[in-house]
Amino acid sequence: MLDVRIVRKAFRRNGEVRPVLHDIGFAVAAGEVVALFGPSGAGKTTTLRIVMGLDAEFEGHVARNGRLGAMFQEPLLAPWLTVADNLRLVVTEGVPPPDIPMLLAEAGLPGAGRRLPRELSLGMARRAALARALAVAPSVLVMDEPFVSLDPQLAGSLAAVIRARATRDRAAVLLSTHDLDSVLAITDRILVLSGHPATLQADVTLPAGATARLAARGDLLAAFPFLARTETTASPAK
Amino acid sequence: MTLPGGLARLRDGALSLLGFLALWWVAAAHVHSADLLPSPADVLAVVWRETLSGTLPLAIGITLARVTVAFTLSMIAGSAVGYLAGRSRRADAYIDPWLIIALNLPVLLVIILAYIWIGLNEAAAILAVTVAKVPTVVVAVREGARTLDPGLEDVARAYHLPRLRRLRRLVLPQLAPYLAAAGRSGLSITWKIVLIVELLGRPNGVGFEMNLYFQNFDVAGVLAYGLAFAAIMLLIEKSVLQPWERRASAWRHA
Repeated sequence: MLDVRIVRKAFRRNGEVRPVLHDIGFAVAAGEVVALFGPSGAGKTTTLRIVMGLDAEFEGHVARNGRLGAMFQEPLLAPWLTVADNLRLVVTEGVPPPDIPMLLAEAGLPGAGRRLPRELSLGMARRAALARALAVAPSVLVMDEPFVSLDPQLAGSLAAVIRARATRDRAAVLLSTHDLDSVLAITDRILVLSGHPATLQADVTLPAGATARLAARGDLLAAFPFLARTETTASPAK
Repeated sequence: MTLPGGLARLRDGALSLLGFLALWWVAAAHVHSADLLPSPADVLAVVWRETLSGTLPLAIGITLARVTVAFTLSMIAGSAVGYLAGRSRRADAYIDPWLIIALNLPVLLVIILAYIWIGLNEAAAILAVTVAKVPTVVVAVREGARTLDPGLEDVARAYHLPRLRRLRRLVLPQLAPYLAAAGRSGLSITWKIVLIVELLGRPNGVGFEMNLYFQNFDVAGVLAYGLAFAAIMLLIEKSVLQPWERRASAWRHA
């Protein structure tokens, strides 16, 4: 469903070449949720932009089957369009007409279709952005920090929506996050990106069952202490 | 009694206009020469006479048509060039020197050269006005194109939005405040240039009529045509362009 192979990615500034990603390869199968972790500046957003097709200046290839649903770090809603029109905006030819009220309800924004983005809080705007990503009935869902600036309860409910989409509609989901706990319950695999240039340090398949997952969480924190550091700064206390 | 903001503004505007008319009247009475400075009543009488004869409405109609064509052409050409300059640094590097020259070129030079090179005809007149107006539209739209939200561009690319939908739903709403501002300032420049073009080389229109009255040193006639047309342009600006500008910018000020 999604096959990513980044041999090399570098940024050029003032004639200086700065390699940021090196030898990163992974695949995401239909119905699978994969979470991409890494310290700030490790190249998570760069990787996701490559996967979304927004950055073509890299060595390697990305193979993607079907429609892409994209969610960015910022909600990126057009301020002059209502929430419903923002959802309709991305529905192009060949995409089945979405049930917008149902999508908004699914994202936790029932009845918000006629509202303008300026009338939404940041958390609500992020939910609208998730509804927009789902509006195209995506086969591949790529999300950059979908839970940032959301309270743990809301993050948990959105994580459940994402998991349901993967299980029910067989969408391949790739998301980046700082918050290990918000994805622990829904993710099948965890990829850890780190180093300069960043490489894939770990590709861990999580076991089924809550107890086994908690044990895996402990192992991950022990192996990658930066996960704990970012976790405590990004995730409010429950 | 205090009036609401909008009405109070209207009242102050009307008072200011009445003050201007009173000053004009007093000055005319002081000068004592209707040939040199006719009173507002004298000018109004000429407006009435020329309206009844049909000459004034016809001249205004012809000039309005020229303004409309030149304004539309300059907005289209200026928007296209401005968008290109705002989106591509390389294009801007080529366009910018031309723009600086064009912005500093005397309008009169453009008009005279157009008449000499193309002839004393309608095409030369419209072209001269368009060329004189395009640079200011380019500057405004280039500024708008530079501030286009790159995040929304990412949304458009990630979802493969068709080109026309991108333009209509994402680009134009962002450019609208700049287009409206360019349109509003542009119209006031355009009609003034059209009057000069008509004065120098057209056989009809408000500028031509003003020239006729000028040759006879008929100040009342010059003022009648000039002020009548200015009033109509002011009305268009207040009733069409200003509301459009407010609507186009509404999302930015929310």
